[in-house]
Amino acid sequence: MTDPTLTAGAVERHLRARRDTGRGLLMPYVTAGITPGWTDYLRAFAAAGADAIEVGLPFSDPTLDGVTIQQASETALARGASTRRILADLSGMPDLGVPLVVSTYYNLVLHDGPETFCAALRRAGVGGLIVPDLPVHEADELTDVAAATGIELVLLASPATPQPRLAEISCRSRGFVYAVSLMGTTGERTALAASAAELTERIRRVTDRPVLLGFGISTPDQAREARRHADGVVVGAAVMRRVLDGAGPDDLRAFLATLRQALDQECDQPR
Amino acid sequence: MREALPWREPVPLDATMGEPRARGRFGEYGGRYAPESLVEACREVDEAFREAWADPGFRGALARLLAVHVGRPTPLTPVHRLSEALGVQLYLKREDLTHTGSHKINNVLGQALLAIRMGRRRLIAETGAGQHGVATATAAALLGLEATVFMGERDIERQALNVFRMRMLGAEVVPVTTGSRTLKDATSEAMRHWVGATGDSHYCIGSVVGPDPYPWMVREFQRIIGDEARGQCAAELRTGVPDYVVACVGGGSNAAGTFAGFADTPARLVGVEAEGGAGAARGRLGVLHGCRSLFLQDDDGQITQAHSIAAGLDYPGVGPEHAHLRDLGRARYVTVTDDEAVGAAVRLARTEGIVPALESAHALAWVIRAAGDGDLPAGSTVLMTLSGRGDKDVSTLKELL
Repeated sequence: MTDPTLTAGAVERHLRARRDTGRGLLMPYVTAGITPGWTDYLRAFAAAGADAIEVGLPFSDPTLDGVTIQQASETALARGASTRRILADLSGMPDLGVPLVVSTYYNLVLHDGPETFCAALRRAGVGGLIVPDLPVHEADELTDVAAATGIELVLLASPATPQPRLAEISCRSRGFVYAVSLMGTTGERTALAASAAELTERIRRVTDRPVLLGFGISTPDQAREARRHADGVVVGAAVMRRVLDGAGPDDLRAFLATLRQALDQECDQPR
Repeated sequence: MREALPWREPVPLDATMGEPRARGRFGEYGGRYAPESLVEACREVDEAFREAWADPGFRGALARLLAVHVGRPTPLTPVHRLSEALGVQLYLKREDLTHTGSHKINNVLGQALLAIRMGRRRLIAETGAGQHGVATATAAALLGLEATVFMGERDIERQALNVFRMRMLGAEVVPVTTGSRTLKDATSEAMRHWVGATGDSHYCIGSVVGPDPYPWMVREFQRIIGDEARGQCAAELRTGVPDYVVACVGGGSNAAGTFAGFADTPARLVGVEAEGGAGAARGRLGVLHGCRSLFLQDDDGQITQAHSIAAGLDYPGVGPEHAHLRDLGRARYVTVTDDEAVGAAVRLARTEGIVPALESAHALAWVIRAAGDGDLPAGSTVLMTLSGRGDKDVSTLKELL
């Protein structure tokens, strides 16, 4: 087997390098276009110690999202957010030193066509792409185009995914493997789902790519617990609920700092 | 038992509406664009359906329920007075006469039996007009299952009678308050709910939409409309096969079931959409609710809200097989306005004593218009599926008439 770091893209190399120092990875999410100055949130995330940032392109029918991100998407669209305007906003930003990973539903990718869409992401400085309603068996149309454009297409794994399919997902995913911690939609939960540990262990058996746990991770305690199993966490609804409640970039920076601290503490513990 | 079943042998695929190609494709449409958490559940439904559909025991049990509980076969009614006025020979396939009052029950009983076969205890459903919700609630009560029905808040207001019927039948009706608060949003919410309930629940999709195998499976459960009508036309019509076969299209389940009986004949197939919900006539390629098909979208790729007086047609997309039949030119998709549909409903009531659902009235409105402007040549024989009865629409009509 060839050294995976030789073929890995920029997002994966960045995450591997940070993981290999023993750091727990943190990828906060923001719904793009949610406020006029939404890119300030990205600066705050980077300043709080994010290792990658997930930028959600709002879609009219977010079928895998719970109420918080549904509401955030609706708010952003009502403000006139569109793929074009959001990517223009990103293009105008200085390099934050952490990779940007766009997430959206497949209709928006198909609308422009995979080639045009990926090229536009690339021009805006985006490194990765997550499409939650594009499962691995439908992804052929996008994988080659994304790879040719230099966009790392991140695939999702779920607690319901059988092991052979999990191997295929882990093998074909780029950047990292997105482990969906529970059988449900996005949204804050009171505890980390029991399915999170088992899924992460099953993914680890078939890949050494970074594994990030997402869905429902909302508190420092949950991040700490998730870190015991995975390389890091994705935090979406907990961020967006605060944004919807009026929290500004500084408030979010403070919140993410508590998650950063929890992840750093956990990695000091013997594993 | 087997020879008594009203089923034909399946027809081979091309434009004749057989089994979809690999990976659930109808041409370039269809597929299984489900979140990873639902992929395994879809695979299980696919496997169970394939087994069941090849099992004479399953088909026999379904045929018995359709006969003794639903009242099948439904009649083919020649409408003499209206035919004379229009200058065509119009026959109605009377799905309005089924138990629960629409074709939706055909599919629901099939899926409910499948759910039991799969060991599921609960049915999840979305509903627009409430007909699929009522059918789901009915099947659940009949077979001892639980039912949870998602319905847009706006539809709950305009279809109050059906909401009451569902609750009376013991189903839980969950109001959906997001987006346009109609069928599109109810479908999204049902899918979200299913993600967290795949272990004990079956998602009973009501139309020929959703991830593979739903578009194919629902059409197969609905093809009894077309198969019966084919036999009835053969006995009734001098030509054996009608010149035109017409049905209304929201997602397109009654049309798919009707067309399936005639796809291998020379009959011209016409799907009638609502002016404000014309996915087949005006949609663009997209992916929504698990399948690749045609959807109404804005210039940024956001799905736009459909608008129709008929809640069951208030959907911004169309089933993938309809998109394919459109591309092939095998079926034609046309639109009518709210006013034309209301006019057609009143005309059928006053000339034939039948109050149709506003959805079905769309199909009739096209027949009336096409007979008037020569699109339907004089003397043509026309089979139209009357998909449901109009009781549920009485309060809507009361405000307009």
